[in-house]
Amino acid sequence: MDLSLTPEYEAFRQEVVRFIEDYRDQAPRGYPSKAWQKILIEHGYAARTIPRDYGGYGAEPDVLKSRIIAEEFTKAGLPGGLSNQGISMFVPTLLELGSEEQKKQWIEPTLKGDIVWCQGYSEPNSGSDLASLQTKAVVDGDDFVINGQKIWTSTAYEADMMFCLVRTEPDAPKHKGISYLLFSMDTPGIEVRPLKTMTGAASFNEVFFTDVRVPTTQIVGQRGEGWFVANATLKYERGMLGDPNQAGTRLNAIIKMMKEETMGGEKLMDNPLYRDRLVKLQSRVLAMQYHGLRLVTHQIKGEDPGLARLIVKLMGCELNHDLAGFAIDILGELGVLYHGSSYLRDNGMWQHRYMFDLGLIIGGGTAQIQKNIISERGLGMPREPKPATV
Amino acid sequence: MEFGLSEEQRLLQASVSGFLEKASELDVVRKIAEGDQSARDVLQEGIDSLGLAGVMIPEDFGGLGMTLLDAALVEEMLGRYVTPQGFLSNQMAVAGLLASGTQEQKETWLPKIAEGSVQFGIGIAEQTGAREGAGLDEKDGKLTGRALFVTEADKASQFIVADRSGRLHLVIGDAGGLSRKKLSTIDVTRSVGELVFDSVAAEALLTENVAGAAAQKMLAVGRVLQAADTLGAAQRMIEKAVAYSLERKQFNRVIGSFQAVKHMCAEMAAELEPCRSLMWFAAHAYDAEPDQVALMAAHAKSHVAEVGKFVARTATEVHGGIGFTDVLGLHFWFKRIGLNRQMFGSPETARQDAARLQGWV
Ligand SMILES: Cc1cc2nc3c(=O)[nH]c(=O)nc-3n(C[C@H](O)[C@H](O)[C@H](O)COP(=O)(O)OP(=O)(O)OC[C@H]3O[C@@H](n4cnc5c(N)ncnc54)[C@H](O)[C@@H]3O)c2cc1C
Repeated sequence: MDLSLTPEYEAFRQEVVRFIEDYRDQAPRGYPSKAWQKILIEHGYAARTIPRDYGGYGAEPDVLKSRIIAEEFTKAGLPGGLSNQGISMFVPTLLELGSEEQKKQWIEPTLKGDIVWCQGYSEPNSGSDLASLQTKAVVDGDDFVINGQKIWTSTAYEADMMFCLVRTEPDAPKHKGISYLLFSMDTPGIEVRPLKTMTGAASFNEVFFTDVRVPTTQIVGQRGEGWFVANATLKYERGMLGDPNQAGTRLNAIIKMMKEETMGGEKLMDNPLYRDRLVKLQSRVLAMQYHGLRLVTHQIKGEDPGLARLIVKLMGCELNHDLAGFAIDILGELGVLYHGSSYLRDNGMWQHRYMFDLGLIIGGGTAQIQKNIISERGLGMPREPKPATV
Repeated sequence: MEFGLSEEQRLLQASVSGFLEKASELDVVRKIAEGDQSARDVLQEGIDSLGLAGVMIPEDFGGLGMTLLDAALVEEMLGRYVTPQGFLSNQMAVAGLLASGTQEQKETWLPKIAEGSVQFGIGIAEQTGAREGAGLDEKDGKLTGRALFVTEADKASQFIVADRSGRLHLVIGDAGGLSRKKLSTIDVTRSVGELVFDSVAAEALLTENVAGAAAQKMLAVGRVLQAADTLGAAQRMIEKAVAYSLERKQFNRVIGSFQAVKHMCAEMAAELEPCRSLMWFAAHAYDAEPDQVALMAAHAKSHVAEVGKFVARTATEVHGGIGFTDVLGLHFWFKRIGLNRQMFGSPETARQDAARLQGWV
């Protein structure tokens, strides 16, 4: 354990603080923007450890520096870099398993926000049992020809590209017959139908493929290795979904709200019941933040954190959901207001997050699947036996 | 000693349920939520024809002379079918009028409620913790100020509102100086809004002995009915989750055969069953043990709200991705339960009330 801040780190902190002072006016309110992403990459506060050749900042991984950046950004209430399925899931997958050509072609525009990706995994009959997916791709000349359907595809409507799982080897065992393909959403034969979610937004989609032709070169890994590649992406997805820095930012927003908001003339922070719930949540946020540091340390040393990593999605998503639920509770009746209403706080973010975060507890592998993974892979317990009757 | 519903009560509930199952099916609820007035009228007429608006009103005033438990059984079904309805507000008005209306006020309003010709809105949110500095002041029979989170604010023909001292006032919906605005909420099946009073003529409900006692009585009725509403909605969500788990297959088996899924369903059911009993007793107390009702209503409100939150979330999880979408409309129940949790005092507020009522604070 060494968290001492040598002069080098103190200087680094000053550098971050100075950056925040100089650039805070250009920071977007709420969600990150492309312009902000560009500024962050230039200064090493986004895509920090991604090689310069691929459009990143190219810094050496350094836990303390990452922590200092996260701390100062959270303290200042500034949004971090863009986070989407392309940047947080696909880019690290390519860095790990993509060809040199693919890295050169896709990483930079993705980091800049010029190419938006969507994830074509789930199908109507293949959710938790993803490996049973049926969308098929058959080789015809230099192309794969894809037929089938995806569902619950987030942002497919806006996306430029899809990373997609298809069955290329129908005769192989189910985990061995899948390939991981990349293609433009403009390819002929793709139809996207938006689906409304419980939040009221149409952020989900169904995607239909009819004779969609994709060059056989647009594959990550080899034919039949798609399950392995997909699991790399899922690992990053679960890390992103459980991101403790997001929880920290939300906690700060709640603290601010409790200092400002009143109920019956009393400040929310003066209510001991709410304060106790706040401090409990703070403990959980801190535990997950330090847990994050531990994971980064393992990652830098090239070690497998095992159980410590397997719990992140479950615990992080639960925490985010609880933070939103707490915010709604302390807002009382104000917590039921929604889009466009007078008196709406934080633009309805808490109400939206309370629902969306429940979605994230389900998406990326449900909480129950996470618990299966924790017990089976993390604790070495046996799989559930098949039922006597179905 | 007998703790359970009577045969009549079971029949009452079955008949309301039988009616709403068709009349308030999801497609109808969706239409009404989108502002289809004729769909709303058809549903309202059907509900009126059941003759239940006067369920708690004494027979002398044209009602059925039944109990809060009977009203709660009706509300439970309204929650079960996420029915857009002003029943709850009217029952609160009945409680307020009975608690502190004069004979004349009762004679004027109770028969109208019973025959279904008026819709009351209720403005007592400030009694459980005012937001935005809202509150009403009365001077020479006129009200000035703001009332927030008033039920049926856009639809009601009259209101009962509490002033800052807790005294209740009757206000006509189109009174001069009164402006009303709907607030948009997560739950499109209910209507909540804001009233702004600029020296509005009001008629006080003044026969109560202690200022605020009648408002507390109304609050208790509101909380019990709200608990009943959540109970009905949560029960339906559990049923939907179990049914879905028997249909949906993953890994070549129905998901209901996974112990994880069975346990989610069993926990929901185990949590909700005692809520039913708690709600029954809280409702019963209003008629049979009136000095218990405020305490029991606070318990019912807060506990059923907590369990409701757990059920809403867990039933959605059992459905997986489709539960998060609009496809099955599960979110209508999720949001109904959500709104109930926040109105008439959050669970913490209601628990504080419970502690205070027992002299612990
Ligand atoms: C907000 C959100 C965003 C999403 N974004 C995307 C996306 O961009 N791209 C994409 O491809 N997909 C996406 N999904 C889909 C997501 O990956 C699936 O919803 C998820 O994997 C669950 O699959 P399912 O919906 O088919 O549920 P099911 O697999 O049918 O699960 C239903 C229930 O059964 C339980 N269950 C299933 N199997 C087991 C088991 N073996 N043991 C115990 N319990 C079990 C589940 O936990 C759940 O409670 C998203 C989903 C959400 C909610």
